[in-house]
Amino acid sequence: MAETENITVISSVTHQGWLYKLRSWPFSLKMGIVIVGLVALLGILAPLLTPYDPIAQDYTSALLPPSVQHPFGTDNIGRDLFARVLYGARIDLQIGLITTYIPLLYGLALGAIAGYVGGWFDTLLMRLVDVAIAFPFLVLIIVILAILGPGIQNMYIAVFAVAWTMYARLARADMLVIREQEYMLAARALGFGPLRIVFRHALPNLLAPSLVFSMSDIVLNILLASSLSFLGMGVQPPAPEWGAIVADGRDFLLQAWWITSLPGIAIVITGLGFSLIGDGLSRLLGQRYIQTV
Amino acid sequence: MRLLGYIVRRLIQMVPVLIGITLMAFLFVKFLPGDPILILTGGKASPATVAALRAKFGLDQPLYIQYLFFLRNAIRGDLGTSILQRDPVVDIVVERIAPSAFLIAYGSLIAILLTIPFSIISAMRADQPIDHGIRIGGMVTFAMPSFWLGLLLMLLFGLKLKLFPISGWGEGFLGHLKYLFMPSLVIGVYLAPMLIQSLRSSLLEIMQAEYIEAARAKGLSPLRVMLKHVLRNALIPTVTILAVNIGWLIGGSVVIETVFSIPGLGLLLVRSVNYRDYPTIQGLTLVFGVLVMSVNLLADLSYAIIDPRVVYE
Repeated sequence: MAETENITVISSVTHQGWLYKLRSWPFSLKMGIVIVGLVALLGILAPLLTPYDPIAQDYTSALLPPSVQHPFGTDNIGRDLFARVLYGARIDLQIGLITTYIPLLYGLALGAIAGYVGGWFDTLLMRLVDVAIAFPFLVLIIVILAILGPGIQNMYIAVFAVAWTMYARLARADMLVIREQEYMLAARALGFGPLRIVFRHALPNLLAPSLVFSMSDIVLNILLASSLSFLGMGVQPPAPEWGAIVADGRDFLLQAWWITSLPGIAIVITGLGFSLIGDGLSRLLGQRYIQTV
Repeated sequence: MRLLGYIVRRLIQMVPVLIGITLMAFLFVKFLPGDPILILTGGKASPATVAALRAKFGLDQPLYIQYLFFLRNAIRGDLGTSILQRDPVVDIVVERIAPSAFLIAYGSLIAILLTIPFSIISAMRADQPIDHGIRIGGMVTFAMPSFWLGLLLMLLFGLKLKLFPISGWGEGFLGHLKYLFMPSLVIGVYLAPMLIQSLRSSLLEIMQAEYIEAARAKGLSPLRVMLKHVLRNALIPTVTILAVNIGWLIGGSVVIETVFSIPGLGLLLVRSVNYRDYPTIQGLTLVFGVLVMSVNLLADLSYAIIDPRVVYE
């Protein structure tokens, strides 16, 4: 017991403690975490926050403007939009995280291996990446969905097939630099195998830039998913995906502006939250991690 | 001479990508569920007729021969016939390039017009409240779904104030300018934040240079130094960023064209997917890939020509 206590004390001196670090975090990072946390909380607590079912239709209360009873109004088939937007947070956050972090995992691994071993594997992988980025991302996803058919499952497959390429490129470029550093030489000199070197010694150092980039990527992926739903190729009705709700209001722009306007604000707020986290992370980790915005 | 060598090398590098793009477009049809001949004949033809049709379309050949046929036809400008319109795919696609190109060029222009003043203010007041404000404003517009912003503009300026038409792309150059203003504004607002961050950081970098110090020492006003000396040198990398994002822009234009019913490539793609017009989708895949690749090549080359300091490696 005494020993572990000593170790804790020593580490808190050398690493200045976890709480101290938290206080020195950039404001944008804290702000972003609060916003994203709040959106997630609203999604999780949706059943407690609204008595309405997001897909229950009620033709007697169709196209009602925002009021105390329906804070965001209702749509053309009488669904409560506040409930739909709240439950939509679950769908959009889930899509954003899954479509970003699953490709990140294997993209990073593939890129790191390619950068480390070089040779035919590297050439093949990079040619694949070249072809993938020669197409507009959205166009490629739409073409894959044309083969597979619409729906959230197929959207995941399409994104998984393409989105890893960006992370593979990032990881490979960094790996080419890291490979020559002394701690990598040391690991090799100790006789470790390439897999152990790549995954235990190199990957932790490749993670930071991808993590910063992943924040812009989540924003882009939520926009992608909502665009696909808007075009009728992504999440299928009656699921309350935000982009799909915006699309629902398209034919009622003049009569019922609230259907289209309010779910869009939810997308903007969520996106702003992730962008702020990305901004904060790039400040925290140093200037070399550029992000899109 | 070194420039010429660079151009040749860059062209050779494109060959594998071009093969990849054509292979993708070719395999797209092969991945489709169902046998095209059985679909064509409705499953009622005799085995002999099916075999004859297979031979007629070259489907009895090995896959790589079929690919070479596809390449030969593509080079001859034959991309098959649209199922929906019963016209050659090439004709349908070509007549739709102009609206898309106009939209993207117009949107990029608006983005640049927004970028220059905002990034100058950001750089001259770096890390002050107005700089943070511009950055956060950029994050907000970056997170806006383009179809949402498009619909809101449509509601406000099109349906309520009746300032701009809400669909189509108009007649003549001035008509295009008017009809495509709102969709281009959406593209501009969407693109500007990235350009602002890039131009801001290159402005800040160049402001440290000695020749800028010299210009300031001459007694030129800060704004004059900025416009005449700093901005010029900082614009080059920003133009490159614009070109790098062309793929992204084309992707965005698919959605915008659908919102504003602009008869461009994007709307054609969405319609072809909805009606399962596979030959048109295949043709569009090819056109999009080649388009993005060519723009990237042009950007690299113009960068090398504009800036003599570029190392050709």
